[in-house]
Amino acid sequence: MILVLLIVILLGGGIAAAVVAGRNPEHARYVSLGSVLLALAMGLGLWPGGDVLNADGAWLVGYRAAWIPQLGISLHLAMDGMSLLLVLLTLFLGVVCVLVSWREITEKVGFYHLNLLWTLAGVVGVFLAVDLFLFFVFWEVMLVPMYFLISIWGHEQREYAALKFFIFTQASSLLMLIAIVALALVHRDLHGYVTFNYFDLLEMDIPGSTGYWLMLGFFVAFAVKLPTVPAHTWLPDAHTQAPTAGSVILAGVLLKTGGYGLLRFVVPLFPEPALDFAPVAFALGVAGILYGAVLAFAQSDFKRLVAYSSVSHMGFVLLGVFAWNAAAVNGAILQMLAHGVSTSALFMIAGLLQYRLHTRDMGEMGGLWSRAPRLAALAMFFAVASLGLPGLGNFVGEFLILLGTFRVDVLTTVLAAIGLVGASIYSLYLVQRAFHGPDDDAPRIEDLDRREMTSLAMLTVAIVWLGLYPQPVIDVAMPSIRFLESIVAFRVEAGLP
Amino acid sequence: MLNLLWMIPVLPLAGFLLLVLMPHGERRAALIGCGSVGIAFLLAVGIFVQSGGWAPGSMAATQTLWTWFEVEGLRPGIGFYLDGLSLTMTGIITGVGFLIHVYSAYYMHGDAGFARYFAWLNLFVSAMLVLVLADNLVLLYLGWEGVGLCSYLLIGFWYRNPENGYAARKAFVVTRVGDTSMAIGLFLLATHFGTLDIQAVQAAAARDWTGEERWLATLAALLLLGGAVGKSAQLPLQTWLPDAMAGPTPVSALIHAATMVTAGVYLIARMHGLYLLSPTALTCVAVVGAATLLLAGCTALCQRDIKRILAWSTVSQIGYMFLALGVGAWSAAIFHLMTHAFFKALLFMAAGTVIHSLHEEQDIFNMGGLRRDLPFAYFSFLAGGASLAALPLVTAGFYSKDAILLATWDVPWIGWLLWLVAMAGALITAVYIFRLIFIVFHGEKQKSGHEHAGLEMRIPLAVLGVLALVGGFIRPPLDDVFLVAEAAAHHAWIPVLASLVSILGVGIAWHFFLRHPARALAVADQYAGLGRFWGSGWGFDALYDRLFVNPFVALARASRRDLADRLLWNPVAALSRLSHELLSRTQNGQMRWYAGGIAVGCVLVVTGSVML
Amino acid sequence: MNAIPLEHSLLLASILFCMGLAGVLVRRNIIFILMSLEIMFNAAGLAFVAGAAHWGQPDGQVMFLLILTLAAAEVAVGLAIVLQVFRSFHTVDADAVSELQG
Repeated sequence: MILVLLIVILLGGGIAAAVVAGRNPEHARYVSLGSVLLALAMGLGLWPGGDVLNADGAWLVGYRAAWIPQLGISLHLAMDGMSLLLVLLTLFLGVVCVLVSWREITEKVGFYHLNLLWTLAGVVGVFLAVDLFLFFVFWEVMLVPMYFLISIWGHEQREYAALKFFIFTQASSLLMLIAIVALALVHRDLHGYVTFNYFDLLEMDIPGSTGYWLMLGFFVAFAVKLPTVPAHTWLPDAHTQAPTAGSVILAGVLLKTGGYGLLRFVVPLFPEPALDFAPVAFALGVAGILYGAVLAFAQSDFKRLVAYSSVSHMGFVLLGVFAWNAAAVNGAILQMLAHGVSTSALFMIAGLLQYRLHTRDMGEMGGLWSRAPRLAALAMFFAVASLGLPGLGNFVGEFLILLGTFRVDVLTTVLAAIGLVGASIYSLYLVQRAFHGPDDDAPRIEDLDRREMTSLAMLTVAIVWLGLYPQPVIDVAMPSIRFLESIVAFRVEAGLP
Repeated sequence: MLNLLWMIPVLPLAGFLLLVLMPHGERRAALIGCGSVGIAFLLAVGIFVQSGGWAPGSMAATQTLWTWFEVEGLRPGIGFYLDGLSLTMTGIITGVGFLIHVYSAYYMHGDAGFARYFAWLNLFVSAMLVLVLADNLVLLYLGWEGVGLCSYLLIGFWYRNPENGYAARKAFVVTRVGDTSMAIGLFLLATHFGTLDIQAVQAAAARDWTGEERWLATLAALLLLGGAVGKSAQLPLQTWLPDAMAGPTPVSALIHAATMVTAGVYLIARMHGLYLLSPTALTCVAVVGAATLLLAGCTALCQRDIKRILAWSTVSQIGYMFLALGVGAWSAAIFHLMTHAFFKALLFMAAGTVIHSLHEEQDIFNMGGLRRDLPFAYFSFLAGGASLAALPLVTAGFYSKDAILLATWDVPWIGWLLWLVAMAGALITAVYIFRLIFIVFHGEKQKSGHEHAGLEMRIPLAVLGVLALVGGFIRPPLDDVFLVAEAAAHHAWIPVLASLVSILGVGIAWHFFLRHPARALAVADQYAGLGRFWGSGWGFDALYDRLFVNPFVALARASRRDLADRLLWNPVAALSRLSHELLSRTQNGQMRWYAGGIAVGCVLVVTGSVML
Repeated sequence: MNAIPLEHSLLLASILFCMGLAGVLVRRNIIFILMSLEIMFNAAGLAFVAGAAHWGQPDGQVMFLLILTLAAAEVAVGLAIVLQVFRSFHTVDADAVSELQG
């Protein structure tokens, strides 16, 4: 029940914010902050104690109610370690989002927070749903409000970017819908009844090449979301044009639904096709890592650079998922969390700079170190985090992913490791162009105020924690990884002649 | 006292945090910066003394703070490992680092970023201490990258000048190329042994990688060597170090003497168990060292910038250490590392005094006759230069270089060649350093300077000056670390010959740069092309620009507006727009066309269904 | 009684239908288009009646009655539209009224 409550709080909080905004926009901000904090507190309350971790079951808490029983569709939510971590990331960044929107958003405040919270609710639902039909519903729920966030409160090319985002995601998710329905129908053919239940479908062996095609249907949807080259081009536009909170949600959370989907659905539902597909996925991942790094270096727009760095970082996640061993999958999860935090921080800094300078063009920045030292120091910190400095979160993720991939495919690992060099090139170039260089006696700009400092400090603490003591995260994620691995291993063995 | 081991890297780190999180005035910043490193040094000394001077037979100490992460049995910890080698390194880093901190208080006085400077400096020392004390390779890698980051921050310390930023990024990126190779080496080791604990890995390698599997040891050793050449600025990744001069001069002292460039030497010494399995890899180390020492020495001969001469000299001297490692003379390498730390820190800080006194003048040809104006710097340079040139008996450099030459001679097969290169390098070393001394301090006076008389400048120089001369009598407690019997042969003629060579080098320098400067100019004119080639570091920068930088930039520029969009998605969009336009033509608003369309459609459907 | 063969009446109906269709397609005056439509309706009705007579079933006649009412309604609506078109455009030329184009 608590899982339903988690989503309902966000949905209700959004509506409440929209209602009270009519009287005073300030109230809308407090209402949405309050509801996200409440949800976050509830999520933290679900953090498992030591005894649960050692238990056999991977699932921490679940909820099930009938919805359309004729078609085997139910309101089925369940949470394991992996989804707990991602839900917490979502809500944590949700708090940050509300905080960064405080001064930036002045128009239609109520509707803005409605969209913000509904997007969060959709994402949380995606992470919790274990009924494929419900999963798809949430998948769409997070899409539409996000479209509004970009197209209403975005920057100069917002409509183009929003539409591109919508078309890419929608077209790919239609493929997934076909695959979901086909999966249910295959189940009917084999076992006599239609079901969308994840656990039932896990135990089904799909005959022939059908599995491969269905796997591709899922893969395309998640790969677009992740994003994977060449379907990544919606991302730089959407990230650049979205308001700060929109960029934070997109980079911090929405991309993770792609990685989550790959981990939760693509590999466990179709183990053998996924195994066959792994070399292609590796190639796509490596291409994403290198291509993203090169393009990030080529940009002059602060947010666009960070957006392309996301393409590069999420390529690592793709590698980690398809390498499919405990180290790599752990690495993928850690990479998702760390990337969520570090990239959100960079987008936030971009937003703060735009608020102060009214530009995102790094050609017009420079010398900001002396003009806003605290802002510059934090930007340096997160740039360094995103280039994978050991001791900060992204390193652990990348290290484990590469370590796990090395066992599977040495060449892929070597090529992906070159991406580490690329990351250092674009990250330091970012610092150089925006913060170093001559300051030409330009006037000081306003340094961080207390609210901005608080949100960035939260992100800083999170990334240091992930970098120096990620063990609790690994402990929480481990049972669900073991669960997924055991299923895959069982099904691959059963499929052998 | 051993259980305070963790304090040694944590103290400078705490200093860093203190300096970063709160605003400080100059006095307090200097106090925090110097104090934290000083206490760390005292701790290291305390451990050394308490353990009875780390007498032979002392056990290595380990201390694990917490497990960093644990996946599938791989569980690197935040843990420290202390034996003779890491204790020696700790002593050098904290000791020399402390003196450099003190000197920095003089050098950076009045700079707007004073507190920031000390913060980065402290972080640098802390990262280096983590590197040498780490008990596993992942933590070592943390220190390794941390050192790289700090070098970036300090080289680009004066950030207003974009050239400094370029040099800083070059340092980081070039070393990161090496780091990546090292990371792949770590993956190889972890995949095979399931652990990255330094001692365990070497034990496992010695057990498993024999016979058929030996090539794996070679591969792993070479991958780690890739990291080492990056950090230690050896061929082919040496190009970053001369540009690293962009930072404040004490930073150069720190990078060149106590931290950073010694990391590669330390890594190979630390992993000597692995290298011993692979003669091929060892030969590579030796050849890299020999080639680098000759190349860098020649380059140093042709420089005009006082700091660049010293920088190339560092590259060359690290080459000696690599040579020593490559021929299995582990102790000699570390010994030379130590003496080099003394005299190179001394030389850099003395050069800093000269530069400061002449208002940031760095070209040696704009200096001259400064020995009266800057007596302290002059004597420091004499002591450091003599030690660098390995003048016999009275200098520390003589003893350490001598050990390397001895060990090299005894290597079978290519030993004589390496030895010859090392000898030639020794001659060149003496020439270039005394060329510098003679030009700067003797000859005609060009600019007059005034020496700052503060104690924080004099004490570090004095202490290091003494160490540069008598440091050769310090024996690092390395006997238990490198258990392999090292070549103990004595060829009395080698030290004698080496002495003669270095004295000959000084003589050549005296002849050309003091007695007959015109002849030097004539020679320089005659071989101007070679001079330019050597002066540019043998054209490596241009080569890499052409091979890597320019293609990368061109690729980035070409794909700036995302090729995937232009080649894949924009055509899709154009296609759907085109079909949209074609189809919208049919909706022409003419009702009779629609009626006709319906009629034709009906006819087609009816005939179609009849025919089928 | 000599029954007219079904084929003949159907042939007549199709000829009428085609004439009506041709009228719809070639005339530009909306009034004439409406009249041609009436011809098409009645051709269809004729086919129904002929079928009903042939098989002796009343359904065809019922259908024809339906068509009659439909045609009446159509004419009413159609003439109203014609009236509006004439008021707005001052013409009853169907081709001149092409605002709804893509």
